[in-house]
Amino acid sequence: MTIRTAITVNGKDTSREVEARTLLVHYLREELGLTGTHIGCDTSNCGACTVLLDGEAAKSCTIFAAQIHDCHVTTIEGAAQADGSFSPMQEGFRQEHGLQCGYCTPGMIMASTALLTENPNPTEEEIRHALEGNLCRCTGYEMIVNAVRWAAENPNFTSGGVK
Amino acid sequence: MSLVGARVLRKEDPNLITGNGQYVDDLQPAGCTSMVFVRSTEAHAKIRSIDTAEALALPGVLAVWTSANIAQLANCPGGLPGLDQPLLAKDVVRFVGEGVAVVVATDRYIAADAAELIIVDYEPLPAVASLSAAMAPGAVVLHEVLGGNTVHFQDFENPLDEAFAAAPRTASMHIVNNRCAPSPIEPNVCLADWGRSGLTLWAAFQAPHHLRNTIAQYFGIPQDSTRVVAPDVGGGFGAKINFVPEFFLTALLSKEIGKPVKYTQTRSECLVAMLHGRAQEHDATVAFDNDGRILALKLTVTQDQGAYPNGTGMGLPVLTTAMAAGCYRIPAVAISWRNVVTNTTPVAAYRGAGRPEASFTIERLIDLIADETGVDPVEVRRRNFIPVDAFPYATHSPLAMYDSGNFAGALDELLKHVNYDELKKEQEKRRQDPAAKLLGIGFSSWLEIAGFGPPGSLEAFGHLASWESAQVRIQPDGSAIIFTGASPHGQGTVTTYAQIAADELGIDFDRISVKHGDTAVVPQGIGTMGSRAVAVGGEGVKTASGRVYENAKRIAAHLLEASAEDIIIEDEKFFVKGTPARSVPWSEVAWKSFQPLELPGGMEPGALDSTVFQQVPNFSFPSGAYCCVVEIDRETGGVNIVNMYLVDDCGTVINPLLVEGQVHGGVAQGIAQALYEHMLYDPSGVPRTSTFMDYLVPAASDLPGYITGRINTPNPSNTLGAKGVGESGSVGAPPAVVNAVVDALSHLGVKHIDMPVTPIKVWNILEGAK
Repeated sequence: MTIRTAITVNGKDTSREVEARTLLVHYLREELGLTGTHIGCDTSNCGACTVLLDGEAAKSCTIFAAQIHDCHVTTIEGAAQADGSFSPMQEGFRQEHGLQCGYCTPGMIMASTALLTENPNPTEEEIRHALEGNLCRCTGYEMIVNAVRWAAENPNFTSGGVK
Repeated sequence: MSLVGARVLRKEDPNLITGNGQYVDDLQPAGCTSMVFVRSTEAHAKIRSIDTAEALALPGVLAVWTSANIAQLANCPGGLPGLDQPLLAKDVVRFVGEGVAVVVATDRYIAADAAELIIVDYEPLPAVASLSAAMAPGAVVLHEVLGGNTVHFQDFENPLDEAFAAAPRTASMHIVNNRCAPSPIEPNVCLADWGRSGLTLWAAFQAPHHLRNTIAQYFGIPQDSTRVVAPDVGGGFGAKINFVPEFFLTALLSKEIGKPVKYTQTRSECLVAMLHGRAQEHDATVAFDNDGRILALKLTVTQDQGAYPNGTGMGLPVLTTAMAAGCYRIPAVAISWRNVVTNTTPVAAYRGAGRPEASFTIERLIDLIADETGVDPVEVRRRNFIPVDAFPYATHSPLAMYDSGNFAGALDELLKHVNYDELKKEQEKRRQDPAAKLLGIGFSSWLEIAGFGPPGSLEAFGHLASWESAQVRIQPDGSAIIFTGASPHGQGTVTTYAQIAADELGIDFDRISVKHGDTAVVPQGIGTMGSRAVAVGGEGVKTASGRVYENAKRIAAHLLEASAEDIIIEDEKFFVKGTPARSVPWSEVAWKSFQPLELPGGMEPGALDSTVFQQVPNFSFPSGAYCCVVEIDRETGGVNIVNMYLVDDCGTVINPLLVEGQVHGGVAQGIAQALYEHMLYDPSGVPRTSTFMDYLVPAASDLPGYITGRINTPNPSNTLGAKGVGESGSVGAPPAVVNAVVDALSHLGVKHIDMPVTPIKVWNILEGAK
C-alpha cells in the first residue's frame, strides 16, 4: 500500500508516493538523498537519526514518512546558516573536538540544537540529561558537553559566509 | 612555529558536521541491491532443512542463498584451519547470530520481508555458553576434529612452586573479565560491485589493504583489479579488522546477479555477529612479603574464543600474559593460557585487545596485597615500580621489552591533582554516618604494549607486514598530498599527519591533504589498529617528508646558486641562511621540480615524491596513573563516579586536543566495561543483551567529566617520540573504577567484585552486611 506524503525538508517542499511503512529516515536518505542523517540502532536508543520535526528533536527511525504529512523537517544538511556559515552548534563541535568518527554527530548536533531552543543556557548536568537519547562511542561525551556550552556562549557566531 | 604539539582543529570536521561525510551506507550506485541475512536463532543445532521457496517467489527478490549454493567455497578467512566459520552455516549452527541464509532484493524492505519467509528447521543440540560449561567433563563438543573444546593449552614453563612455598605470604584471585560488544555506532556495512573490470568492495573497515589482499586471494583474482575502499568509517575499536562472511557474500552475489550488492547490519545483528572482545577468566596467585613487595606472580588466562576461533582471538591471551606484570619489578613470573570454544559469538580484538585484561588483574592484585598487608595501595605501587633508570627492562616475556616510562613520576603527577589524605578522612567520616553515601578511592598504574609493531609482530596476526606506508607527493603548485596505509575511523589522523608534514616540509598546514582508505590510491598499507597510526604511520610521514624536503633544498640551492647545506626555509620561502632577501618560494621549487632543465645535475623529475615503508624496532609502551573516586548509594547500590583523574604518558603529543579526545574515549569505554557493559548469554546460549535496550552503552548522563594531566617519556623507537594513545584509556580505567568500588566496601570485608559492578551486585553486598 502506498501513500502520498508531502514534507517540507530544510525549507524545500518534497512530495513522494511512498509505501506506508517507509520510515522517515529512509525517506530522507533514499528518496531525497540526504545521507547526513544516520542509522545506528533499531530500538530508538542511539539517536544517530535525530532530526528536527517542527522544531523539536525527533528520531527519524521511529516515524513513518506518511505520518508527518505537511510537517517541517530539518536535517543536518539544513543546519548551517543562510549565508553558509556553520551554525553555532556545528562550530561548537568543531572548536571543542566534539566529534571523532562523526557517525553520531549529525544526530548529536540536531538534538543539541533543539536543547538550546528550549534552554539557551543549559548547565553541564542539563546538557548530559538532554542528550541521554544520543549515544557516542568515541568521545566519552565531555567534549560534546563543551561543544554545546560553546554554542550557548556564542549564539551569534558567524564566519561571515566562509564555509 | 612548530605545529607538532599544537592544538590544531581538525581537517576532518567540516564534512562531518554538515552531513557531507561519506559512510558506506550513504553510497547508492545505480542498480544497487540489498542483502539481508537469516541468522541462527539457535546456539547449537543441526539444520534439518531450509525452505526458501516462498522467499524466492516474492516479487523483487533476486537471489536466495544457503550453504548449498556455495558448497564448493572455502570457509571464511581468518579462522583456524578446520575450525573456521563457513560463509553460511553448513549442516550445523554453533552460535546465535551465525548466518544461515542470505536474500538479495531490489530494496532492503523486500529483502527483509523475504528473509522472514525463509523457514529453517533446526534440531537443537546441547549448548555450552560459558567456559565452565565448555570445559566440564562430558560437555558437548563443538568441533569434532578437536575431540574436546580446548583449542590450545600452553602450560607453565615453570610453575614456581619453590618461590611460592618460600614466600612469607601469598594470595589468589579468580577474575572474570567480562565479554563486551565493541558497538561502533556505525555497524558493519559493505557494498560490493563485481563487474567486468574487477571487484570493488566498499567496507567499514580498519585495514583496507589487508582485506584487499585476503579477498583477492580467496577468490583467486589478481590484486590489481581488486579494490577495497574504506571511506568515512563510523568507529571501529578493533572490531572492524576481522574478516566476516558479509564481505565475501556480497562480492559473490554481486558477481552472480550482475549488480552492486549492499549489506547494512542492523544493531541487533551487530551485537551478535560483530566479533566480541575480552571474555577471559584469570586465575592469579601472587607471592609477597610483609612489606608488600611482590616476589612472584603466577597467571593462567582462559580465553573464551566463541564458536569459531580466529588468529586475533588466539593472540589475545598471548598479549595478556606478556603484560601480566604491568609496571612492576617482579622477580619471577609464570604464565599459562588456554583457548576454549563455546556456543557464543567469536571473540577478537576490542580496544586494548588483551592488555586491559592484563592491567585489570595486576592492578586488582596490587590492591589485594595492600588489603592483606595493611600497606596503603599507593605505597604498594611505589615499592614495586620498575625504577626510571631500569630501561630498557626485560620482562618475563620476549614480546615485552619495556623501553621507557616513569611510573613513579606519573603517580606523583596524579597525586598533585588528588587530595588523597582528605579523601581518606572523608571516607572514614562517611562510614560512620549511615545517611551518607560511601566513598571509595581507586588507583591504577597501568602500562600497555602498543605501536604495533616490530617486523614479525603483525605478520603473526595474518597481516602482510608490520610497517606502515607513507607517500608524500608535492604538487606543481607546492601543495602536498600525503597517502597513508593507515585507515583512520575517528582518530583525526588526517590532521595529525598534516601537522607532522607541515613541520618537516615547511609547507602551510592548509596546503597539505591526507588521503587514505583506498587500495587503488594508496601505494600499499597495513591499517589502523594497536595504537600504531602515529608511532609507525606518523613516523613514516616524517621520514618521507624529510626526504622530500632534502631534495627540495637541493633544487632551491640550485636555483639560488648556493649550497644545499646553507638553505633554510621560512614562510614557505627557501633562502641562504642570513640572506632572506633573496629567496625562492616553495611553489617555484615545486613547479621546477617537474622541469628537467631546471634541476640540479643528477636529479630527475619526481624527486619531490617519496614513498616510505616505515619500520620500527620495537613496540611502544604507553603508561600512566589513573585515580577514580566513587560514591555508593547505600539504598540502591548505585555507583557514581565523582571524579576521574587521568595522567597519561604517551610520549610526544602531536595534537593535545586529539590526544585528549582519545584518552576520554578510551576511558569512557573502560568505565563502561567496569560499570555497565556485559554481553550475557543464558545457559542455553541465547544472548540476553542483543539490543541497545539491554546492552548498556553509556550515555552522557552515565559518565563523568575527566581531569587530565600528562608526563612525557619519549618513545625511543621513533624520532617523533610518540607512543600511541588510542587504547590507553580502556587499559587504565577499569581497574581504577573497580579498585574504588572495592575500597568503598572494604570495611565490609569485600575483596573483589567482578565487572560490570552493577547496582544489584553492590546492593546484595550491602544487604548481606546488614
